[in-house]
Amino acid sequence: MESSLRPADPAAAAAWDVAATVCDPEIPVLTIEDLGVLRRVEVTDAQVQVAITPTYSGCPAMDAIRQDVTAALGAAGYPRVQVSLELAPAWTTDWMSSAGKAKLDAYGIAPPSGRAAVGPVRVGLSVKCPQCSSLNTRELTRFGSTSCKALWVCGDCREPFDYFKVL
Amino acid sequence: MSSDSATRITPGNALRPEDIAAAGTRAEPDTAAYALRLGDDALVLAQRLGWWISRAPELEEDVALGNIALDLIGHARSFLSYAGSADGRTEDDLAYWRQETEFRSVHLVEQPNGDFARTIARQLVVSFYQFELYGALQHSTDPTLSAIAAKAVKEVDYHRDHSAQWVLRLGLGTDESRRRMIRALELTWPYVAELFDDDELVVSLGSRAVLPSSLKPAFDGHIAAILRQAELDLPVIQPAPGGGRRGQHSEHLGYLLAEMQVLAREHPGASW
Repeated sequence: MESSLRPADPAAAAAWDVAATVCDPEIPVLTIEDLGVLRRVEVTDAQVQVAITPTYSGCPAMDAIRQDVTAALGAAGYPRVQVSLELAPAWTTDWMSSAGKAKLDAYGIAPPSGRAAVGPVRVGLSVKCPQCSSLNTRELTRFGSTSCKALWVCGDCREPFDYFKVL
Repeated sequence: MSSDSATRITPGNALRPEDIAAAGTRAEPDTAAYALRLGDDALVLAQRLGWWISRAPELEEDVALGNIALDLIGHARSFLSYAGSADGRTEDDLAYWRQETEFRSVHLVEQPNGDFARTIARQLVVSFYQFELYGALQHSTDPTLSAIAAKAVKEVDYHRDHSAQWVLRLGLGTDESRRRMIRALELTWPYVAELFDDDELVVSLGSRAVLPSSLKPAFDGHIAAILRQAELDLPVIQPAPGGGRRGQHSEHLGYLLAEMQVLAREHPGASW
């Protein structure tokens, strides 16, 4: 999955690389490329077309990401940028890059455990504490500081931590 | 008619229909009428749930209900933007500048929050209903409705977990929590029937929409299983008259809209 979306066309790839530097304002260690939020970049003579997809329908970071992408491309010499929001295919944590997962872990947020299940049955996989790597952890509350995170606590180091929910 | 936004960082930045899924797609008038219903259900319930922030029984629950409301606002924004594409209105035009009789939401979502058990009873019904609805709507022949539903169904799955767990906790908890849960189900159940009404519009939309009655067997099965687990009886109560899909609402919606719309109407184009 690693950046398989990066365009083959050199001009589009150059613009992609600029857009790919934009970070999620709520999780500043992750770029929108790491997250799988950046879906497509096309360059025509007149403008750059960028397609992003929201992690969750109500994610307020989308507006900021849209403005940041426009600003980053503007600074790199692309004055005309159009950022569109795409809902299909629906975003899944399966699109998060391994580099992104490693960065999350280092930042103190446990990355998604396992792949998105199809259907209502979820097998509860262990979540590793990003502080001490213990698997002796439990969910405190499924809904956390942002739509995409739950709050967990470690039974060994006793520290609470955010967990990026599988979706 | 104001096209300025009262909800975005910069005014005039409301989601435009062309931002949704298929760029520049204009909904057919009848598809738009259907999207408006789904959007209104989500929007009105989100407004109700937002009231709980800082008032829920525990901090985690403030956050949970706030997050669920945020998901619902996301769904509402998508549906309303698409609905507005039929006649060039934005999500904000539809949310803030329509009258009570122009809303197409069901009566269930405008019911007062009541105590926590009543809110949970309402959540139980809505989350299990929406899960079946969006699960089926993913296969709509309308690509925009299908895309919104495919995204929403995954989020609503978490809402189902939340409401089901609380029904078990309250039903099997103390005598007081159980008493309140039983009462909450009784107060909520008259408004369930309206969710499953097939009317002319949904029938005429065919494969673009989902026939509400087709969702009933799965919904009934899931709800019966949870209530059995919580040792609660399914209420047997006459349905309320309904009429929300035709713009006939209870006295509750006007107060809700007054609060929801006041800022946008007092300060058109305001932003923060």
